[in-house]
Amino acid sequence: MPDAPGLELIAKELNDAAEGSVLGTYHEHGEACLIADPDRILDILRWLRDTPSQEYRFLSSLHGVDYLPAKPRFGVVYELLNMPRVERLRVRAAIDDPGGEELPELDSCVELFPGAEFHEREVYDFFGIVFRGHPDMRRILMPEEYVGWPQRRDFPLGGEPVIFTRDEPAMPRWYE
Amino acid sequence: MKREKLRAHAPLDEPKPVTDLRVRQIRARDLLRGDLEGPDLEQHVEESVLTTTMHKALGWGRANSIFPATFGLACCAIEMMSIVSPRYDIARFGAENLRASPRQADLLILSGRVSIKMAPVCRRIYDQMLEPKWVMAMGACSSSGGMFANYAVVQGADKFMPVDIHVPGCPPRPEAVVYGFNKLQRMILGNPDPGWRKRYNGAGTEEWAREATGEASPEEIAAYEAARDLAATHESSRSQASRGGRA
Amino acid sequence: MNQRVHGGDILAETGEEVVGMSAVERTAAAEGLEAEQELFTINMGPHHPATHGVLRLLVSLEGEVVRDLKPVMGYVHTGIEKNCEDKSYWKVIPFVERMDYLSYFFNMHVFCAGVERLLELEVPRRASYLRVIHMELNRLHSHLVWLGTSALDLGAMSMFFYCFRDRDRVLDLFEMSSGQRMHTRYFQVGGVFEDIPVGFAHNLRAFCAEMPSRIDQYEAILNANEIFLERTRNVGVVSRERLLDLGVTGPLLRAAGEPWDLRKVTPYECYEDLDFNVPVGTVGDGYDRYRVRVQELRESVRIIEQALEGLPEGPWIADDRKVVLPPRDELSTSMEALIHHFKLVTEGFRVPPGEAYYANESPRGELGCFVVADGSAKPVRVHYRDPSFANLQALRDMCLNGYIADLIQNLAMLDPILGGIDR
Repeated sequence: MPDAPGLELIAKELNDAAEGSVLGTYHEHGEACLIADPDRILDILRWLRDTPSQEYRFLSSLHGVDYLPAKPRFGVVYELLNMPRVERLRVRAAIDDPGGEELPELDSCVELFPGAEFHEREVYDFFGIVFRGHPDMRRILMPEEYVGWPQRRDFPLGGEPVIFTRDEPAMPRWYE
Repeated sequence: MKREKLRAHAPLDEPKPVTDLRVRQIRARDLLRGDLEGPDLEQHVEESVLTTTMHKALGWGRANSIFPATFGLACCAIEMMSIVSPRYDIARFGAENLRASPRQADLLILSGRVSIKMAPVCRRIYDQMLEPKWVMAMGACSSSGGMFANYAVVQGADKFMPVDIHVPGCPPRPEAVVYGFNKLQRMILGNPDPGWRKRYNGAGTEEWAREATGEASPEEIAAYEAARDLAATHESSRSQASRGGRA
Repeated sequence: MNQRVHGGDILAETGEEVVGMSAVERTAAAEGLEAEQELFTINMGPHHPATHGVLRLLVSLEGEVVRDLKPVMGYVHTGIEKNCEDKSYWKVIPFVERMDYLSYFFNMHVFCAGVERLLELEVPRRASYLRVIHMELNRLHSHLVWLGTSALDLGAMSMFFYCFRDRDRVLDLFEMSSGQRMHTRYFQVGGVFEDIPVGFAHNLRAFCAEMPSRIDQYEAILNANEIFLERTRNVGVVSRERLLDLGVTGPLLRAAGEPWDLRKVTPYECYEDLDFNVPVGTVGDGYDRYRVRVQELRESVRIIEQALEGLPEGPWIADDRKVVLPPRDELSTSMEALIHHFKLVTEGFRVPPGEAYYANESPRGELGCFVVADGSAKPVRVHYRDPSFANLQALRDMCLNGYIADLIQNLAMLDPILGGIDR
């Protein structure tokens, strides 16, 4: 894990290399995180992967988070790992909800990290974030024709209420 | 002389039960020698040949050689695999032959949570099975959705297919699955385990889905009365202190 | 001209020409066949005896050669992650256990450790050792089930019974410590739920004393078995670089030659104090994966023995009453204990806002949990990085241009657990 000054250094170098791409950093519980501009995410990831001093070549994971009601609403979090130095770095792309029927979009990093294919499909499946340039952007875990983005915070949990005997009279013919 | 020996152990007017080992030994010996005749032979035939009705015989055959279908969905599948293992051997009940093809299987053991994507597949596999077929909902998830009351899990497999026996547990111990299996066998034999009906004298008090009137039939009312009477007499015979004073 | 080299049906001058040729190429070379021109897509449906769970594979075949492979998942998707957002942290533990249902202790550990990182809570030494013992027992259990079912897929039926016999002994130990065979809910935030009972150490020692000879038995059955070798040698080879690109970890990566094991590179819990080796393969074929996992069985037994010897005395769960339930005997004497108990059971403990990603080495690879907390008693997001999900991306590379029978073998050696893939 790069320590706090190391993290600041990375952020500065990144901002030098790709102007305005890092919106912030935070270093907590021994973990380093860069908050990135979603439109420049590919530049950031490429820089982190290819620069000889960084070499974060392994993408551990790609998470989607819904921070409702905070703004920006969605976050796509990349967990990067530098194997020779055993250092982890987190990059969070903070994406806004365009609202209405439109879906938020982000560039896909499948050319940089082929292992992101399934992870990006999963984020699309559960949050509706479309990854531009993904070879196969469709649902992965929900049925193909499912409507709705289940892991968004405003999507209901679903399921059925448990019917106890005392509640039965209130729900006549629930068995149908 | 041999006849006297046999008479000594099994006098004709008081037939001893077949479980008496000495009697069986002597009879078997005589049978092999061709010496068994007359009333002894008749008694032997009565006691050793099984006569039954056709459907009972079929039930016996079906119950004792069920072919379960391998339908492992999730964690319960691991415990289902272990009923085949040597410790919880289900082969002693005739069911070690887990058939992958539904056409060859009798019992569909739904082991694991049924997600909404899998439910149509389950139904198709069930439809492909040939009669007679049974379904065991193994575990809490296939019986009722288990702990997962959410958008992705069907709350009980009996929402889309008939289930014959539910085995609770998360996952149920292999012994529990075997116990459920035995109950299913009794059901197939035509001798279902009365269970709570016998324990609580509640035969006839089952609440089936009622019609719009929602009224109980006279038989049901009578059965409830009987059960209540029995419970009342049982209660009064117990001491108040141990009951905690509940009416 | 025709030489008999490992396998029999090869036209090759020397052995070097053979290694590196896929089975298809060898056979085609041997019989002078031409590939068929028509692609035939079959569906190895979710219900299939050899797919280790409900995995659906759309396989495009040319004759018997796999030309394309598309896995379709989601048939056991349970919405666990969404359900976790609705429950207090304590109640999340039984949910996340059931994700990768053969490595339940690892699932629990990764969540509990992530929350402990957010809470800055320190786990006592004894709890750490107990956690390691149970996790290594779980690794044994998972590898035994894998070995039994994989050998069953390849036709070695007796291995199934042997492995499940020993697996039952591991489950007996779990039942002794926590009351349940699977999904024990033994790890809690702060340590473990309960101390191990009297007799556990004795049984565990007896188990560890006997296990190496059992592993010898398994190796005696399969290691030099010609059919097994024929089916697994040089089959499903993917290069190390490609595996790293795909995000594959665990025994698959180690079999390809990369010595990457999170227990060694980022030691967590008490793995620093324990001395063990990490088996690494060379070629990365099915046989190497098998050998790596069987050797991991041995190493796990070593770790358990050492951890048992070095098990320190002390508390088995942290002291912080705001997070951990007070011991029951205190409830009748101390008012604060009663209040803490009440708050913890009704509402649950609150976790200060933050995010944490914690990863450990599960039997299938890097298992990670990303926890986002916002100060309330329920997590905002719990997302698991499941190793099987990432490893499944390698299946296509492994099976392409191989026979369909090799697909079965590749799937077996991949060790996917659909509960983890689908969550």
